Amino acid sequence: MAPRKSAASAGRRAGASKSAKSRSGKSAKPAIGTEIAEFDKEQELGVYREMLLIRRFEEKAGQLYGMGFIGGFCHLYIGQEAVITGIQHAMRDGDQLITGYRDHGHMLAAGMTARGVMAELTGRQSGYSRGKGGSMHMFSFEKNFFGGHGIVGAQVPLGTGLAFANRYRDNGNVSIAFYGDGASNQGQVYESFNMAELWELPVVYVVENNRYAMGTAVSRASAQTDFSQRGVSFNIPGYQVDGMDVRAVFAAAEAALEHARSGNGPIILEMLTYRYRGHSMSDPAKYRSKDEVQKMRSEHDPIEQVKVRLLEKGWASEDELKAIDKSVRDIVADSAEFAQTDPEPDPSELYTDILA
Amino acid sequence: MVQMTMIEAIRSAMDVTMERDENVVVFGEDVGYFGGVFRCTAGLQKKYGASRVFDSPINESGIVGAGIGMAVYGLRPCIEVQFADYIYPAYDQIVSEAARIRYRSAGDFTAPITIRSPVGGGIFGGQTHSQSPEALFTHVSGLKTVVPSTPYDAKGLLIASIEDDDPVVFFEHKRLYNGPFDGHHERPAQNWTTHPLGNVPEGHYTLPIGKAAIRREGSAATIVTYGTMCFVAEAAVQETGIDAEIIDLRTLLPLDIETIAQSVTKTGRCMVLHEATLTSGFGAEIAAQVQENCFYSLEAPILRVTGWDTPYPHAQEWDYFPGPARVGRELKELTEAM
Ligand SMILES: Cc1ncc(C[n+]2csc(CCOP(=O)(O)OP(=O)(O)O)c2C)c(N)n1
Ligand SMILES: [Mg+2]
Repeated sequence: MAPRKSAASAGRRAGASKSAKSRSGKSAKPAIGTEIAEFDKEQELGVYREMLLIRRFEEKAGQLYGMGFIGGFCHLYIGQEAVITGIQHAMRDGDQLITGYRDHGHMLAAGMTARGVMAELTGRQSGYSRGKGGSMHMFSFEKNFFGGHGIVGAQVPLGTGLAFANRYRDNGNVSIAFYGDGASNQGQVYESFNMAELWELPVVYVVENNRYAMGTAVSRASAQTDFSQRGVSFNIPGYQVDGMDVRAVFAAAEAALEHARSGNGPIILEMLTYRYRGHSMSDPAKYRSKDEVQKMRSEHDPIEQVKVRLLEKGWASEDELKAIDKSVRDIVADSAEFAQTDPEPDPSELYTDILA
Repeated sequence: MVQMTMIEAIRSAMDVTMERDENVVVFGEDVGYFGGVFRCTAGLQKKYGASRVFDSPINESGIVGAGIGMAVYGLRPCIEVQFADYIYPAYDQIVSEAARIRYRSAGDFTAPITIRSPVGGGIFGGQTHSQSPEALFTHVSGLKTVVPSTPYDAKGLLIASIEDDDPVVFFEHKRLYNGPFDGHHERPAQNWTTHPLGNVPEGHYTLPIGKAAIRREGSAATIVTYGTMCFVAEAAVQETGIDAEIIDLRTLLPLDIETIAQSVTKTGRCMVLHEATLTSGFGAEIAAQVQENCFYSLEAPILRVTGWDTPYPHAQEWDYFPGPARVGRELKELTEAM
């Protein structure tokens, strides 16, 4: 079930004129966002484990924050796990990820280590940015993860540039640029849309609509709250997707990546999702009701949905699921231990990496 | 007079001006319904309604640009950029429009907009919640840049800024919102509500933009500073026992060079102290003007004590931050230099 709209109405297509004139001659698959992929046992177990890893990691980060090991700004991804997990499963080697500051989940999904991410959160020398970046600023050349950007919206033009480089090199890769419902109102997002369509760039724009930008609900800040339609005037097609159902995300991502990869230019996926925690650790989230949060948790939780299916189909027993949880918790506990004992960078480290 | 934190003083300034002048409007990200991330606008929407106090989308360029349009047509917008680290998307509007419209219209139009924004580090905020970009604004003709350090000054200067017919960039040191933070992060700062400078008139008053304050009189050296560093300087003076005079600029542009020059002429030694990075920082301008005005009184080279020339780091924040220990060491060197 989509959190805001029914799945049936979610598949509405933006840029209708475009569907007729798809550049490669063949039109993109219809009804992106309405399809729910069929997962086999292995896939279900895979996404279960991966989403659980993100959730447990974030819970631990929240604890370490409460204990004072992590300071400053720390934005948890709890509730949104299905978005990055479904997309990651649809990606090919070589596709690039770039996102904003709510980035821990994206990094774990990209295959970056829990130790390296947690140690960056605590500002230690073995963190991905050697303690210089913090929660919002981590990168991995090896894993094709291009950050981690603290400035709202700034990553969207960068993701567009990555796509340009793909096209320039004709390497068949697609860049996937994530941003929030709040970020959707930054002008540079529209500058990006125009360039991407004009230059037919292989980019998938993924707007994670979790209904709030800090304390401001979508309707208080956005004239058009259907973010999939924000590319209409650039002829960029867009679709709403149930971002709480990892199978729906996967199906939409496969279709969108195929669209971009086969030379049809950019495409927008609006993921209807929800963050359970406050905006950052210092946010008591008084701008929404406890009931609203509780309802999402109990009726739409992305991990719970997979768990129910696994049990119903007899693909896993309660004990087997507990064992998965245990192994995930072990990884997270190890990363937390590491992140508390790893030394801080030497102050001299602060002067490195400013210029070549 | 009542005791106020800097947050309350800033809120009171907006309240007082809104009460007196219906042309004053207040907006920005999370400013209306939520009351601002630092609570500076809490309660104002309830009191004045959503047409005068409102939320904007996250688009700083649009916020400032629209604010300038309102100002040009007679409104007095007081807008908030959530952190100064997010002001860069609006930089073009501030520099090319707000600061220039009076000049290029030969005085036909002005832009009486006030842009409030929190600056400075010390909250473990890393590179996107800690910067001190004031020098990017003092370099621009046609702007005023105000940096208060106490609740009393903040209120008087904010009212003056809103009532000013020119654009004002109003930087608030976030570590000073609740009390006079002196760089000793290992202990809690005193709260403004028990501090004499937290004693603030409830009603309307203004302080002149462009006038510095002498925070401490002394004879051994002059420390020219602003914002949080005023209190760091006080701590350093106390801890070293060096009898330095401390000048709180309060406004960077227009600069009160008279007060500075008088002091340096008396003491013969000058330290310029700020949290922002060194190279091309505002300290360079102060040093140049002190040299021009006081060359024959100087007994030692002018000394700049600042943040390092690096992006603001996530780890080792207190190594970056020019705290009382570093300031004290430098002060000693300055007063011992022949
Ligand atoms: C340019 C800029 N303006 C403001 C901010 C402060 N800020 C950080 S996150 C945020 C809300 C963004 O909301 P959204 O895009 O919906 O992402 P979410 O936090 O919901 O994941 C704001 C206003 C910022 N980091 N950068
Ligand atoms: Mg959001």
